[in-house]
Amino acid sequence: MSTTSLPSVAGSRFTGARALGLLLRSGAVVALVAACIFGAMRYYAFATPENVVNVLRQNSMLGLVALGMTFVILTGGIDLSVGSLLAVAGVVAAMLSTHGSLPAIAGGLGTAMLLGIVNGVLIAKVRIQPFIVTLAMLIAARALALAATAEQSVTVSPDASALSWLGRGELGPVPLPVALLVLAYLIGWTMLRYTRFGRYLYAIGDSEDAARLMGLPVDRIVIATYALSGALAGLGGIVLAARLGAGQPVAGTGWELDAIAAVVVGGTLLTGGQGGAGSTLVGVLLLGVIFNLFNLEGTISPWWQWVLRGVFLLGVVIVQGRLQRRLTHE
Amino acid sequence: MTGAAPPALLRMEGITKTFGSARALDGVDLTLRRGEVHALVGENGAGKSTLVKIMTGAYHRDSGEMWLDGERVDFDTPAQAQAAGVCAVHQEIHLLTHRTVAENVYLGREPRRWGFVDWRRMNHETGALLAGLGLDIDPRAVVGTLNTARQQMVAIARGVSLGAKVLVLDEPTSSLSPREVTILYDLVRRLKAQSTAIVYISHRFDELYAICDRVTVLRDGRLVSSHDLASLDRLDLVCLMLGKSRDALRAGTTAFGEQRHAPAASLTAPQPPLLRTEAIARGSRLRGVSLEVAAGEIVGVAGLLGSGRTETARAIFGAAPSEQGAVYLGGRRLDPQSPDDAIAAGIGFVSEDRKAEGIIPELSIRENLTLAALPMLTRFGIVSRSRQVEIVERFMRRLGIKAASADQRIRELSGGNQQKVLLARWLCTEPRLLILDEPTRGIDIGAKGEIQALVNELAASGLGVLMISSELEELVEGSTRVVVLRDGRSVAVLQGDEISQQAIIHAMASERAPAAQDAAS
Repeated sequence: MSTTSLPSVAGSRFTGARALGLLLRSGAVVALVAACIFGAMRYYAFATPENVVNVLRQNSMLGLVALGMTFVILTGGIDLSVGSLLAVAGVVAAMLSTHGSLPAIAGGLGTAMLLGIVNGVLIAKVRIQPFIVTLAMLIAARALALAATAEQSVTVSPDASALSWLGRGELGPVPLPVALLVLAYLIGWTMLRYTRFGRYLYAIGDSEDAARLMGLPVDRIVIATYALSGALAGLGGIVLAARLGAGQPVAGTGWELDAIAAVVVGGTLLTGGQGGAGSTLVGVLLLGVIFNLFNLEGTISPWWQWVLRGVFLLGVVIVQGRLQRRLTHE
Repeated sequence: MTGAAPPALLRMEGITKTFGSARALDGVDLTLRRGEVHALVGENGAGKSTLVKIMTGAYHRDSGEMWLDGERVDFDTPAQAQAAGVCAVHQEIHLLTHRTVAENVYLGREPRRWGFVDWRRMNHETGALLAGLGLDIDPRAVVGTLNTARQQMVAIARGVSLGAKVLVLDEPTSSLSPREVTILYDLVRRLKAQSTAIVYISHRFDELYAICDRVTVLRDGRLVSSHDLASLDRLDLVCLMLGKSRDALRAGTTAFGEQRHAPAASLTAPQPPLLRTEAIARGSRLRGVSLEVAAGEIVGVAGLLGSGRTETARAIFGAAPSEQGAVYLGGRRLDPQSPDDAIAAGIGFVSEDRKAEGIIPELSIRENLTLAALPMLTRFGIVSRSRQVEIVERFMRRLGIKAASADQRIRELSGGNQQKVLLARWLCTEPRLLILDEPTRGIDIGAKGEIQALVNELAASGLGVLMISSELEELVEGSTRVVVLRDGRSVAVLQGDEISQQAIIHAMASERAPAAQDAAS
């Protein structure tokens, strides 16, 4: 299966532990396939190209945020500030859009990445808990966005055509945000599997002490990880602002929780060291499809939808926890 | 250095290290030769682990010099030490348990092709490395699925692949089965033949004599001496570790020989003893301890570090229950599975680690003292303050606890007074048996005497006391009987006139003798 984080095991014994491990990682895939089959059979409008493209486009920005979150969670950390950084990037990009697309995109991305570096330095060097650091950043960055805009949304200048294209353009039949999503996950997957940086993320999440004793530059990797998470959240914010035609200071509120949910549902462990980009993509799509099914059903009130989503999330995590425990006992 | 001696591979001279006000190492020298297995031994607080951590870059020395291959070296981090060829395999193995064997071996220097990790080559080379060491381990296996012995082999293989010239093995056999120990020995001999120097830390004398060439003995942060193991018998080694002179002991040898055969059974009082354990065992550290404590008696437990003293106490208290054997209290089988069981049956336990397992530093004397007795002082979930105050005052007076008031925070007290509070904590639960693990460690001389007098007084009033101590004087003077442990087994019971420092040391040092089985069965 292409989304696993393990090296290819061609020729090695196919043990019970391996089989369970595969099931554990593909549990979310099974759920996704089941949800799609259910949708295709029950709703006429589900398996249409329009609906599929719609689901993908709606979830592409969350997908970018969740990819960054995957990196962070693999190291055993957490980034609660992604929703706020997304808003900051969108607002900055919209403000700079009168100067052209390039300054807008670079400014938005750069600001979010810089704030991500601040997170990383506070965590790695000042040694404060990631939860606390990014919670503080969540509050402060959101307030920064609100203060800078006087709580008003900032219109994206019509002159910044390349910026608008990011949100509204298409590559053939594929909307640009979806193309960006696919590209980001391809790069992310390759990084995690085939680069030293990627392997070190797993090492740090597995055992930070061991990683240090083996001589890895743990602090630098942690800072780079939060920078990456900030940058991906920023990219999501820029795409969202381009789609909406405005940078909104309240954009992305609560997205950190959706991103964490997608990562966890996909099968990445909150304790770090296990999981990957592919499983997060599956998690994002699974949550997106469920939401889409609710909409197609149309008779479930939004509040009950949230209740069901909560129950569903918990159910998936409980099942995975069981599988995981059985795996480690073998 | 004489011509006969091979040149030193690693030399440490005058190494000193201080933590706060405590001097952990004071001018220690160590010389490692190529292709030797060098044992590093010493009792608690001797400074072995500090010395090793300085050698491998985990700590930085305050003063002293270090040479590797004739060049002066100075390691700031474990990574630097590893790069220079000095690696440690720690007792708690530091590997990534979710990652594969190959990833662990190559972490930090993965083979790459076009900037990407070359998995195929990494697995292949790891396989070759393991095969070269005579190990049958799949490089693609996830480390967490391997047993402890194999994980340890992987850690050693990593050290070898880093080109280690010096490999430190810290208690490598503490969790290995006898068969696995053989595999480890093979590996050590193989490395030795490749002229790697190995520092071997272990408490098991059988192992030291089986695998080591030389030994360096540390005591209280100072170098005692270095010897060829072949020319040093076990008794000498124990004497060096404990700081006793052999000449003083020699006189006792014959007396001990006669007394050893006095059967322990003849002692048994007509009434059943208060506490009796029958060959209790747990894991590889506790392998059959049998002892008895009568009411009103102080039974000492002697043994070197790693002989299973604390494990015995924890098994009797239910904190780490025994897997085999039986614990009887007052003639009834108890086999406590948790401290709750033991406390309910009337057992109290004062841990050797006062800071981590004893006191709760930020709470007051009153709260610390009544912690174990709270269930007795509570009615309908509410703690009776008046009864609490009454008990605290009674015990503070009786034990002579010196403090400004009962509400003073316990961390502000001296070690001796903290220990008294812990004693009082158990005494107010009115136990029948009290287990004291190193009751006077880290306590100044004056307070030591007070605590010892107190323990005597408690025993005189009918309490059974099991006292673990590494201070032989304390055991000899304080105990009515002494049980000696070695390698997790009870190997001798001394009583009355038999109890002497010589007799205890002989029992600690002797190889497995028939007498050992007598006492253990």
